[in-house]
Amino acid sequence: MTSPRGSLRPRPPTLLDRRRRRVDELAEASGRSLTADAFQRLRRNPVAIVGAVIVGLFVLVSILAPWIAPHDAATAFPELQRTLRPDSIPGAQPGFPLGSDQNGRDFFSRMILASRQTLLVGVFATLIGLVFGVLIGALAGAFGGWVDTVLMRVTDVLLSIPSLLLAISIAALTAKPSQTTVIIAVALVSVPVFARLLRGAMLAQRESDHVLAATSLGVKRRAIVLRHMLPNAMGPVIVQATLTLATSILDAAALSFLGLGDGDPARAEWGLMLANAQAYLDVRPALAFWPAIAIILVALGFTLLGEALREALDPKGRR
Amino acid sequence: MTALLEVEDLRVAFTRRGEPDTVAVDGVSFDVKPGEIVGLVGESGCGKSVTSLAVMRLLPERGNRVTGSIRMDGEDLLALSDSAMRERRGRDLSMIFQDPLSSLNPVIPVGLQVTEVLTRHRGMKKHAARREAAELLDRVGIPDPTRRLDSYPHQMSGGMRQRALIAIALACTPRLLIADEPTTALDVTIQAQILDLLEQLVAETGTALVMITHDLGVVAGLCDRVNVLYAGRIVERADRHELFRAPRHPYTHGLLGSIPRLDGPPGEELAAIRGSVNDNLPWAAPEGGACAFTPRCPRALDVCGEVTPLAERAGTRLLRCHNPVPVAEGAA
Repeated sequence: MTSPRGSLRPRPPTLLDRRRRRVDELAEASGRSLTADAFQRLRRNPVAIVGAVIVGLFVLVSILAPWIAPHDAATAFPELQRTLRPDSIPGAQPGFPLGSDQNGRDFFSRMILASRQTLLVGVFATLIGLVFGVLIGALAGAFGGWVDTVLMRVTDVLLSIPSLLLAISIAALTAKPSQTTVIIAVALVSVPVFARLLRGAMLAQRESDHVLAATSLGVKRRAIVLRHMLPNAMGPVIVQATLTLATSILDAAALSFLGLGDGDPARAEWGLMLANAQAYLDVRPALAFWPAIAIILVALGFTLLGEALREALDPKGRR
Repeated sequence: MTALLEVEDLRVAFTRRGEPDTVAVDGVSFDVKPGEIVGLVGESGCGKSVTSLAVMRLLPERGNRVTGSIRMDGEDLLALSDSAMRERRGRDLSMIFQDPLSSLNPVIPVGLQVTEVLTRHRGMKKHAARREAAELLDRVGIPDPTRRLDSYPHQMSGGMRQRALIAIALACTPRLLIADEPTTALDVTIQAQILDLLEQLVAETGTALVMITHDLGVVAGLCDRVNVLYAGRIVERADRHELFRAPRHPYTHGLLGSIPRLDGPPGEELAAIRGSVNDNLPWAAPEGGACAFTPRCPRALDVCGEVTPLAERAGTRLLRCHNPVPVAEGAA
C-alpha cells in the first residue's frame, strides 16, 4: 500500500482516502483494455518480475551470443588441448573463464552459444504446437457435434501417451535426427494440450451471455467465433504457451541428452553438453553443472512468468 | 391495427432421453401491435424467458421441441431457415438481456459492438458506422459518447452498460424489441431511468416492446397490456388499468396483494401466496386435467383439481379460472 502523499507521518488510510484512490484508479482505468489491466497487475507481482528478469536475460544473451562469446564455439584451442589429460580437464585460465571442455574448446563460449539453440527450439516448438493446437481446439469448440468428437478422440489418444515418450518415439521415427525433427517432435507433444484447453474454453464461451446476445443481434457465425468466442477463450491458452515454453526446452534438452537431437558435435547444445559431460563427471563435474543449471534456470523463468500470467489474467483476481 | 407479432399456441418442451418431456411453455398465445408495450409477468420458472428465446429462435438446437406458430408480419418465424432468421435478428427484432455486464463482450470496446451491428445489417462503412454509433450512445443518454466508444464494458457503470446494450439492440430500429428483465441487475434509481428511456425510445420509433418481468411495478408503469403466466400458461390477460383495478385470477390477485404498501399500518403482516411452484399440478395429466395453481389457490374448488380450466374471453380480458375473484372484491 502506498502511503498518502503530502503527509510526513504515515497514517492509516481513511475512508475518504480509499475513495479518492478508487476514483483515481477508475480515472486511470478508462481507456485501458483487459490486457493493459493484466499487465498492470503483472508489474506488481514479484514472482512475475523474477520470471521476467530470467527470461529477459536469457533472450538477451541468446540474441547477442556471437558478440558476448569471447571465442568460436566449434574451434579447439591448442593451448587448451595441450593441457588435456584423460584424468584432468583444465579449469579457468586467462581468456577462458570456465576453462576447457573435453575437446579443448572454450566452455564459456559454448555455454553462451548454446542458449540460441535452446531459445530457437523452445520458441519454434511452442509456436508450432500453439498454431495447430489452436486450430484444432477452435474447430472442435466452434462446431461441436461430430467434428468435436473426432478431433477430441484423436487428441485423447495423443494425451494418453506420456509426453517425453511421445517425443522420443516421434524423434526416433526419423531417419536422421536433426534440429528440425526435435522441434517437430516437441511441438507435436504440446498440440493436444493446447487443443483440449482451447476447446473447453470455447465450449464455455458458446454458453455465455454475450455470445447469446451477439447471436440475438444476427451477427454472422464466423464473426461470433472469431470476434466473440476466440479472443475470450485465448487467456488460458496464452498462459499455457508460456508454461509450454519451459517444458519444450526441457523436452528438447532431454532428446539431445538421449542422442536424438542434432548430431553435429560442433553445435553447442545444453542437453548434448550434459550428455557428453557424463563421461567426465568425476574428472570435471563443472562440465555437467553449468548446462544443468542453465536448463533449470531457463525452465524456471518461463514457469514463473507463466504462473504469474495465469494469476494476472484470472478474471477472479479482477476487482 | 393488425398485430406485428402473433404468437399462437406456442409450446416448448425440453426433451431428455429416457425421461418425460419437461413442458416449459404450454400453449401460450399473445400478440403485440406496433408501438405497443406488452408485459409477460410471472414468477421464476413460469416460462417467460423461454417464450422470449423461442420467439428469437435462440433456444439450443437440440433437446427441445417448439410447436405452434410465431408470426411476424404474417410470416412464420419458426419456418424460416437459420440464415434467414439471422438476417432478421438485430434488424427486425432484437433483444435486451438481464445482466448488462455478461451480455457485453468483455474483450472488445463497446463502440465496436455497436458498429458491428451497423455494418452487418445496415451495410455501413467503418467511419459512418462509428459516427452513427456515437449518435446512438448519445441518444440513450451516455455522456461523452465519442470517448465511450473506446471504453471496455468493465470500465462502465451498470446503468451505462444497460444503456449501451439498448443502443446496440435499437441500432437498426427493429420493429420488435424483447426486453428480458432489463432492470433486474440494476439498482432502483437506475431502474427508473432505464424504464423511462425504453418508454421514450418506443414512443419515438414505434417499436413494439415485449417486456418480460417479475416486477409488477415495472408493469404498472410501462405496459399497455399484461399477460400473467403461470406454469407455462397464460392465466390472465388484461389491459394494464383493468388488471390493476380488478385482478380476476386468484394468482394475479395474490401477486398484487403481496406488494407491500408504504401507507399500510406499521407491523402489518405481508400477504403471501402460500406454497411454491413445486406444488403445481400438471395442467394436463393422462387421467384428466387440473389447474396447476390449485394447491396454492385460496379459492380452489373441487373442480379445480379435476378439470383443466379453459382460457375464456370477456371483453378485452382473457381468464383461465373456474372460480375467479369477483370484480367487487378485486377492486377492494
